[in-house]
This record gives sequence, structure tokens and C-alpha cells, in this order.
Amino acid sequence: MPAVATYALRLGDDALVLSQRLGGWITRAPQLEEDVALGNIGLDLLGQARTLLTYAGEVEGAGRTEDDLAFLRDEREFVNLHIVEHPNEDFAVTMARQLFFSTWQLALHQRLVGSTDDLLAGVAGKAVKEIAYHRDHADQWVRRLGDGTEESHRRMQAGLERMWPYVQEMFAVDELERALVDQGVAADVTLVRGEWDAHVDDVLRGATLTRPEDLTTPPGGGRRGVHTEPFGYLLAEMQHLHRSHPGATW
Amino acid sequence: MTDVSAEGGHGAVPLTGVPATDGGADQREWPLWEVFIRSRRGLSHQHVGSLHAPDAEMALRNARDVYTRRSEGVSIWVVPAAAVVATSPDEKDSFFDPAADKAYRHPTFYDVPAEVQHL
Repeated sequence: MPAVATYALRLGDDALVLSQRLGGWITRAPQLEEDVALGNIGLDLLGQARTLLTYAGEVEGAGRTEDDLAFLRDEREFVNLHIVEHPNEDFAVTMARQLFFSTWQLALHQRLVGSTDDLLAGVAGKAVKEIAYHRDHADQWVRRLGDGTEESHRRMQAGLERMWPYVQEMFAVDELERALVDQGVAADVTLVRGEWDAHVDDVLRGATLTRPEDLTTPPGGGRRGVHTEPFGYLLAEMQHLHRSHPGATW
Repeated sequence: MTDVSAEGGHGAVPLTGVPATDGGADQREWPLWEVFIRSRRGLSHQHVGSLHAPDAEMALRNARDVYTRRSEGVSIWVVPAAAVVATSPDEKDSFFDPAADKAYRHPTFYDVPAEVQHL
């Protein structure tokens, strides 16, 4: 698969998997309004995923559509980050995941707007507005839960600690991505860490929360197709309907 | 007036058991807010419904999520339902009936020049 296609697949898989996770909150959110909010974020991400997966299939040139890529790939062929596949757990964990990921995703796409690849630049231009809202949603909740009751503060701090080990993987760049950065196609995520820290620290301060320490070095591997245990179950749920009825249409 | 709760503009606004005020920490339900949206071509905000939110900032975002999904509007107002003071159905007759038979109050007895806009 050409490098550009792999890159599009990485960004697309990030969005697709997180969209699937957020869908898990439908009918289970604390309030009806949050049901809609999380659903909306999931749909925004799904829209990004569809465009990116379709593009990856086109560049690959093997006739794979967005559906083929979403529903017929096995675990080892998905190239999303680990952070998006972590289970929802409680609302605080979900908001920690959203804060960390959307802050990263926004900074990445703000840079991607200048990509030499027209489609990626176009996707980024539209996505930036959507992701700004996702990040704001997480900001608002982390602030309120952190600076809330004793229980909400405890859970929110625990949520940060839970998701913190996944942060490092977001800022790693391998050879493939380094080459694309040099060509002006990909955004350089190693440059994003500073502003990511600044934003997250600002939110945590307002939330009276403590920034977790880097206690472990997680193995990562998402970009190489190596995933965590819950990912298999996520794929099973996401793919089984399509695989059960091959060729079915609405 | 006997009842100061909001009547709601688009069907029933659930009132039973719903605290419409800013409660203390032991409130089970978030406060209720009334939502008004101005459409892209509209001149005024129209009432579109209500929602629950912990505070004004979140109420605006919830309104955006729930009531502007299909590009219904470009401007949102949210008002705590408790701040809306409404007329009571009991007073409907004395409040509104007397105006019904006073034709002289209607601006229809003179010609309005065509050049006058938005009269």
C-alpha cells in the first residue's frame, strides 16, 4: 500500500474506532442531552473516517471501498492509536480520552490544512471546525467534573491517570510518517507536544486536577497493527453484521 | 397570578417533579432551560423547545447539539425556565378577550405608502 494510503488509513482508523467507542454511549449517557452530544461527536468522526478510508482505498488501487476497509480487515491490519480503542468505562474516563485525543487531533489537523496532498488538506479544513467543538466539549466536562463534587473530582483524576499511558504514542513518528512529513504531505506530530501540554495543563489547572506523571512506558504498536485486548471485541461488534450478510445493501 | 411556570411553546414542557430552579448539590435533575433559535433568514429568535443542563454554558452547547443538527439556526438564546414568567390559562379570558372586539386599534384605516419598509 502506498505511503499516503497508509497515512490516510491511520488517521481514518483513529476516527473510525473512536466513533465506534462513542456510539457505545448511545442510550447509556448520563443525560439525554449528553447522548446526543456524544453521538454527534461520533458522527463527525465517522464522516472523517469515511472520507479517509475511501481515499486510502482509491490510492491503494486494489478496488477496496470504505466498507471493505472498515468491515473486512482483521485486527492486525488496523493502524489506529491505542488511545481510541480503550473502553468507555465511566464518563470521566471517556472525557479524559476525549480531552487527550481531541487536543492532539485538532493540533494535527490545523497543520494538515497546509498539506501538499489536496484531499488531506481538504479533509483537515473541514475537520478543524468539528474537532474544535469536540475538544471544547471535553474541556467543559473535565473542568466541571474536576472542580465539582468530591466524587466527580476523584473519578476525573482517576480518569486522567487511566488514560495517561496512551499519550506518548500520539507523538511518536516512524520512518513512513517521517518521509511523508519531508514531502509536505503529513503533519509532524512531534512538534505538537508543546501546545498539547499547554492546553491540557490549562484545562487541568482550571479543573483543580493534577497532571499525571509518566510512570510507565507503554509498548504502543497501534500504527504497526498491534492492538490491545478489548480491540478484538470492538471489531467483532462493529463488523459482524456486515460479515454476516455479504453484499447486502439498504 | 397563580402559576408562574413556563407554558412551553411546542407542546408540553414536563413540569411534574422537575425542579426549574438552580438547586443545591443534592438535586437529582439538572435545571431546565428554554431554547430560542434564530434561523439564518429570520429576524427574531423562536422558541424551539427545552432541555436540561447544569449551567448556562452547557445549555448553549446542548442547544446547539439538540436543536441545530439540521442547520436550523445561526443564533441561540437559552433562558432558565424559572426566569420565564407566563400567563396562566385561568386568566386567558380577562387578559385577551377584550381586545377581540376593538377594530379601531388595528392599523387598517389609512393607506400605507409603498416606500415604508417593515411597518
